[in-house]
Amino acid sequence: MSTANQSWAKRNRMTITPLLFLLPGILFFVAYVVFPIFQSFNISLYEWDGLGEATYIGAGNYQELLTDRNFEISLWNNVKWLVLYLLAIPAGLLIALLLNQTVPGIRLYKSLFFFPFVISQVVVGLVFSWFYLPRVGLLNALLTSLGLESINVLGDPTLATYGIIAAGLWPQTAYCMILYLTGLNAVDPEQVEAGRLDGAKGVKMLWYVILPQLRPATFIAFVVTIIGALRSFDLISIMTNGGPFGSTRVLSFYMFEKALSEYGFRMGYGSAIAVVLFFIMLFFIAYFLWSMYRDEREARR
Amino acid sequence: MLKKFASVAGALALSTALVTPAMAELSGKLRIMSDMSNPAPRAIMEGLAADFDAMHPDLEVEVEIVDREAWKSQIRNALTADAPDVINWYAANRMGPYVNAGLFEDISDMYANGDLPGLDSVKGAMTLDGKQWGVPYTYYQWGIYYREDIFKELGLSEPTTFDEEIANCAKILESGRKCYTIGSKYLWTAGGWFDYMNMRTNGFDFHMQLATGQASWTSDEVRATFANWRKLIDMGAFIDDHQTYSWQEALPFFVKGEATAYLMGNFVVPHLREGGLTDDQIDFYQFPKIADVPMGEDAPTDTFHIASAAQNKEAARAFLQYVTSADVQTEINAGSGLGQLPVNSASSVDDDEFLNQGFEMLSNNATGGIAQFFDRDFPAEMASIGMEGLQEFMVFPDNLDDILNRLESARGRIYK
Repeated sequence: MSTANQSWAKRNRMTITPLLFLLPGILFFVAYVVFPIFQSFNISLYEWDGLGEATYIGAGNYQELLTDRNFEISLWNNVKWLVLYLLAIPAGLLIALLLNQTVPGIRLYKSLFFFPFVISQVVVGLVFSWFYLPRVGLLNALLTSLGLESINVLGDPTLATYGIIAAGLWPQTAYCMILYLTGLNAVDPEQVEAGRLDGAKGVKMLWYVILPQLRPATFIAFVVTIIGALRSFDLISIMTNGGPFGSTRVLSFYMFEKALSEYGFRMGYGSAIAVVLFFIMLFFIAYFLWSMYRDEREARR
Repeated sequence: MLKKFASVAGALALSTALVTPAMAELSGKLRIMSDMSNPAPRAIMEGLAADFDAMHPDLEVEVEIVDREAWKSQIRNALTADAPDVINWYAANRMGPYVNAGLFEDISDMYANGDLPGLDSVKGAMTLDGKQWGVPYTYYQWGIYYREDIFKELGLSEPTTFDEEIANCAKILESGRKCYTIGSKYLWTAGGWFDYMNMRTNGFDFHMQLATGQASWTSDEVRATFANWRKLIDMGAFIDDHQTYSWQEALPFFVKGEATAYLMGNFVVPHLREGGLTDDQIDFYQFPKIADVPMGEDAPTDTFHIASAAQNKEAARAFLQYVTSADVQTEINAGSGLGQLPVNSASSVDDDEFLNQGFEMLSNNATGGIAQFFDRDFPAEMASIGMEGLQEFMVFPDNLDDILNRLESARGRIYK
């Protein structure tokens, strides 16, 4: 009996070993990621303050979401973030192309450009909110010296979200830049040479020769930027705290406010928002996974 | 005292209780979790615990101090898992969720049998559903802090009516200053303005009806409140861009004299003194009368409670008695400590210009009633939606109809 077992384990060890190595990771992933997702689904069907009895209200929370103007504002702000945050990719590429040269001291310039990504988002938020300050901020000093009207970026409900996105673009551009810089190192000089012989120059060279070789870097930049946009929480919390009058909230911030902040503790409603956010993320994540799977299959062929 | 003690420690201890103070028999461990995390309150809390520990040789007092802001959400976890014996919180409606969930100990008997002498006047703020759920340890007045020197320079005197207030403000504006500084980024400061506008326009009772959901946000009374408030807004009485500043960031306007008054709680005074203003430059007046209604005042009260899952309730009760006793109240609320008002009527108020005026005002000229504060009287969710609307009103007064309709529909949903 025991020998049979041993031989079974021996025969299958090529399968068992990786599974065993994966097991701790999978256990943690199930306990801390998969299980809470289903738990959120469940809580979103209840009205619960986190302390007392939870009452089942079916789709009640979702019905309320449909008529909740703050939810609508948050959703639109998420869309703004998603679209405008992508600007970090071309901007990062541009800076990477600029810095991809061999001049003395280029390492210093590279590190300076990378600097905003290293410092904490909280610091970025503080720096930008000082920059935007209504009377003494640098931005308004600049505007008034040019003879323009001063503006209160973070106090104006139509501008505030864009002001925060601009702050977010600063570190995100640096991140994309570093991805492209490493990508540019891997560009095949022979292909560039060949392109040059065929008369490709400037934009054409970039578009047809360089960019296709940067595809992996672009893909990763796209992934981290989309995820960064959906996770935009700390900047909002630091710079406006969701205000003025809730005009800069995004879904993640609204969820936090409703479920966990000082005046919140509507766990069911917060979970319903989280579920919506989850499906938005799932859409992108599914696309990323699918395209990675496709690339890998092509590579294997 | 003896009767209570007998039930606690049994007949054997009774004989010793006759010779030593009853509480000396407390034993075991008393765990206190406090949100008094700012430097001065922290020292007070640690001092209280050390003194109480020294009074009771067999009792071990353990204090854990949590950041004041973080505590507002941590209290839930603290009370549900491995609850401490004594915790800090706030009076009035803010106790609601914990009282309803059965997490605070009912201490009505302590009030009923005279264990808490001198607390009759503050009992109301600790009462929910006809029972008392904790004790207060400090409170402070709200009101208008103003630049005495600038008032003198412009020949103004403390206004007692809203018309005088507006006349003063017109002169202040003429001199190139703003009348009021405010930072509404974190919303609650706007709640203070609404409290006073509404209590002065419609009276304390109406304000409480609004807080408890019995009155409508679209009623004529509420509109009258906003119409009065709008008079000031339309004059340009408030500093510009206040939605971008926290209440601390709004202080420099007052200190530099760019704005002459600040509607605030008494905790603003140390900040003004630190900013370099002397007591000759700062003074205080009660928010002026608008309609002919008894004056209601905001006086937020901070509290101690016993967790219903506490392990050492005898010691916890003794600690609440100790904290609220007249001498301790005098000591911890003095200018060298919290710099606020004692809750025990037998305590004395520290000799401080602002504490004296505040105490005088709350004792003699708050006949309407004492409110806690917008975000403590209104249920949490109504408060957060409400304050957001108030901030929007202060920036875009024309949006009033939309704001009120929104608040009214929130009222329909929140109070069931």
